[in-house]
Order: sequence, then structure tokens, then C-alpha cells
Amino acid sequence: MAEGEKYRKERLDRGIKARSDTIYVLASSRDLLYLLMPRALPVALLILLPILLHGTYWEKVLFYSCIFGLLALSWDFMNSVGLVSLGQALFFGAGAYFAGALNHYLGWPIFLTIPAGTIGGALICTALLVPVVRLRGVYFSIVTLILPLLFAHLIETLEILGGTHGLLSLSAYPSGWIAIYLAVGALLLVLFGFRKILDEDFGMILRGIRDDDRVVMAAGVNIYWYKAQSIFLAAAVGSFAGALMTHYYQFVGRSVLALDYTILPLAAVVLGGPGSFAGAALGSFILVPLSEALRAMGGLRMALYGLILIGALAALPEGIFHYLQRRYHQFERMVKV
Amino acid sequence: MTEDVILEVRRLTKTFGGIMAVCDVSLEVRRGEFVGIIGPNGSGKTTLINLITGFVKPTSGKVLYKGQDITGKPPYEIACLGIARTFQMARTLHKLPAFKNLIVPLCSPRVRKFRGGKYGERDDIAIDILDDLGFERDSFVPYKIAGTLPHGYLKRLDLARCIALRPELLILDELFSGMAMSEVAATLPMLEKFHREGLTIIMVEHRLRELFRVANRVMVMNFGQKIADGPPQEVMEMEEVQKAYLGTEVEE
Repeated sequence: MAEGEKYRKERLDRGIKARSDTIYVLASSRDLLYLLMPRALPVALLILLPILLHGTYWEKVLFYSCIFGLLALSWDFMNSVGLVSLGQALFFGAGAYFAGALNHYLGWPIFLTIPAGTIGGALICTALLVPVVRLRGVYFSIVTLILPLLFAHLIETLEILGGTHGLLSLSAYPSGWIAIYLAVGALLLVLFGFRKILDEDFGMILRGIRDDDRVVMAAGVNIYWYKAQSIFLAAAVGSFAGALMTHYYQFVGRSVLALDYTILPLAAVVLGGPGSFAGAALGSFILVPLSEALRAMGGLRMALYGLILIGALAALPEGIFHYLQRRYHQFERMVKV
Repeated sequence: MTEDVILEVRRLTKTFGGIMAVCDVSLEVRRGEFVGIIGPNGSGKTTLINLITGFVKPTSGKVLYKGQDITGKPPYEIACLGIARTFQMARTLHKLPAFKNLIVPLCSPRVRKFRGGKYGERDDIAIDILDDLGFERDSFVPYKIAGTLPHGYLKRLDLARCIALRPELLILDELFSGMAMSEVAATLPMLEKFHREGLTIIMVEHRLRELFRVANRVMVMNFGQKIADGPPQEVMEMEEVQKAYLGTEVEE
């Protein structure tokens, strides 16, 4: 740059959007690839990963990433309806105990306990949260925070569902492939399913409730009914993750109601970027392997983990996914002032 | 009670703590009327609207809509009966594209009753309604994120949301506040058209000149009470109304 001349950065959108963020114009196969690649590549990678990692320790990490990814998606879905949940552990625990109890006490096989745990857990969670669906903001969050802790204490003191020992020797998956592909498949299905739902007319109502629920009420829509439906969907996803994990561990105990299953998904969404679901999934695929990789650090592990998290949030408050998305859709150039 | 009374407010009272926001107000609106509600700031106009539309529960009194008691019903049920309202501070779904704002009323049980909406079909209906209200369909305006639109458009988007609900009674809370003169001039004929087509309208407004052009009847409120009700010219000549608006002379 010449002396004395001032330049500034200019950001330009790549010319593929027409009229609004939701309508695209595809003029060539190159445009098609441009839109398709960011979706197809991660999907292909996720399908290949179980084969690549087969037999290694990292296969387990991939499974955990999917489990936490499902919980993060479930959190992000509730958040896009304006319900800030601090109780993903409730969904996770409900599904885990439901599937575990059916398997332990009634001897139901895996292919029945997982769907039953998903639906049953979701119904229980919805029934528990519907009475407080009128609460807004932090008041709703507090209730979701308390419920899993309450159930952990109930199980402990009443010694129900195995009490402090938990339910042991549950059925295992007939093959490791089934477990990992169930997790990967569910993650992809929920990721694209949630994205689709929020673009439908139904999703417009949900997003509207988050924007201004009084406007939605004035438009003649029963917001509580829609909130209940979204809680059911989010709870079903969380319960599915719980049921899946129960049979992976072949054990269910109070630890499934622990704060970990609330905080880690939440951190994953914040790191990846809320609102797009892809950010939630991406966040889990960064956080879970990171926390495993840091295992070698011993006692300093959690401290370092926290530092990395804070650093990432300070550098990219919008979330990693939104940053990548912006860089992909815009290009920068220097122009003379 | 006669057939053509669409809304009857009976001795409605609302207190917030010790403050009487609305005090013993009664009002009868006939089908096809265009009623204005005026009064100084803080006189209880917006609270009265919130009471009618269910956003605030009354301390005492009753609201009857087409002879049916709707007091204490939730706002969405009242909206589905055919009472649509705008908000004083133009509330919209600011993160959605403007035309997607109308998807919400078009998905309400009330509108579903009129026509089954398939996916994508509602978008067309939404664009049609917005086009009628001055959002040109071939421009970028209806597709923009609502929060990025200028204030005048937001006000009309709020109105469009009401129209999409196919209301029988439309309540406008200071629709013209913050609108440019040209926008008011463009919106007024639309309201007259809706009125001609049989819509009953209640309009709270501070712009009296515009209000008097369209309203057949005006109710005046002051300190939560109804102080006058009648044709615009008569009402404005009443001593009490002039006192409320201009204040009393200070005696020395």
C-alpha cells in the first residue's frame, strides 16, 4: 500500500442470496456445490468416522460426542422457542431410567426399551414442565435446574430404581456398530430435522414466541400448547440420548441426573453458536474430544479446559459456527478510503 | 340487548395497587361503527384495550362480545373469536422476515377454520395482505427481517397481522403515533376501506384531525373515567373535555 493512502476492509456477500436470507437463486452447478458442500462434507465425515475409528479408544469419544450433541441440540431447540433450560439432565435421566427400568424389571429387549424410553421419558418431562410453562426467562430455568437434582435425591432417599447402587447388568448392544450408528444417525436426523421444523410454518410460530409471545397471543395462537409441544420434542431427543447411553454403559444410576449433562451441552451450544443447531453439534464435537485429550494433564485438566472455553468465548462470542458461516458466505477486500 | 351490539363493556374497573387505571367504564359498540377513544396521556385508554383483549384481567366488571361473556378469557381465545388489536409500540416478530410475521395469525385456529393452509400457500396469502397495505410485493420490503424495517412499516405490519386474522372487531392502539404524515395519509384510506367492507373499528388516537375524519363516535377518557361519548363535534365542544385537554384556568 502506498504511503499516506488509507484503506479499509469491505465485506461483500457472495451473490447467491436473493431478496432475503431464506430465498436462494441457483444459477449454475457451481452454486449448487457452494450450498451443498458445507452440508454434505460433515455428513459424509460423520458416516465414515465410526469405520475409521473402529477398535480405538476414540470410537468411544465419538459416541459421547454424539450423545452430548443430541443434548446440545435439545437445548438449542428449546432456546429457539425462548425456553432457556438448565435441565437437560432431566431429559437425559428420564430416558435413561425409563429404558433401564423396563430392561431391568420387565426384561424388555433393547429395540423396545429405547423407543419406549424416548417416548416415556419425553411424556414424563413434558408433564413435569407443563405446569411451569407460563413462567418466563430465569424463573423457568430455575425450575428445570431443580427438577433433576430433586429426582436424584428422591432415588437416593426412597431407595427406588436401585437407589444409590443403580440398576446393574442391563442388556448390551448386540454389536458396537449398532450403538455408534444409532448415535450418529440420530444426531444427523435431529440436526436436519430441527432445522427443517424451524423453517416450516410451525417453526415460525415457535420463533415468534421467542421474539414476542404477546404478539403471538394477539394473533390467536395458544402459546402454551406450542411450548408444550416443543418441550416434548426436545425432551424426546434428550431421553433418546439417555436411553442410548444406558445400554452402552449397561448401567443406570443417579449420575445420569448430574449437572454434567446440563452444563456440558450448554457450553457446547455457547461455544458453537446458538440458533443454528449446526453450532450446537459442532460445539459438542469440539468440547467432548477436547476434554478427553486433556485427560493426560491430570489434575490440571478441568482448569485448562475452563481456560480454553473462556478464551474461545472471548475471541468468538457469536460462536464458532456463525463465524465460519460468515467467512464462507462473505469475502473481504481492501478498498481505498 | 339488541342483535347488532358487537361489544359491550359493563362497568369495567382495573386497579394497579392503589391506582385506578380504569374506573367504572361502560361502552357499547354496534356492528359497523367506527369509534374513537381519546384522552390525555395516562387516562387509561391502553389499559381499557388490554382489558377488552384479555391481556389484563379486570378487577371488576364484564366484557361481552356478541352477547358472549369473554371476561378473563386468555388473549389467544379472544383473538380467535374475532377481536384483533395492534400494540401502541408496534410489536412485531423482529427476527422473522416481515411476511413470515403473518404466518402466525394464518396458523391460528380461527383462520384455519376459513381455509386449509398448505405449506407455502400461507406465504402467498401473507404477501397478498402485505401488498394491500403498501408493502410492494416486487420490492425487497416484505422479505426483509422485520426488525430492520422503518417504524412506519412496523406499524403497518402490526395492522397487517390483525387483518390476517380476519377480525370482526379491530382495535387500534395509537396506530398513527410515530408515522410520517405521508404514511398516515396512505393508511387512512385503507382503514376507511376496511370499515366500508363491514369491519367494526375502535381506534385510540392522539391525532384528532385524522381520527375525526373517519370516526362516527368518540369516547373521551380522563383519569380512568369516561367523561364523554358522542359524535366528534359535539364531544369536543363539551366544557369537561376542553378542561381535560387544555386544563383549567388558574385563578389568581
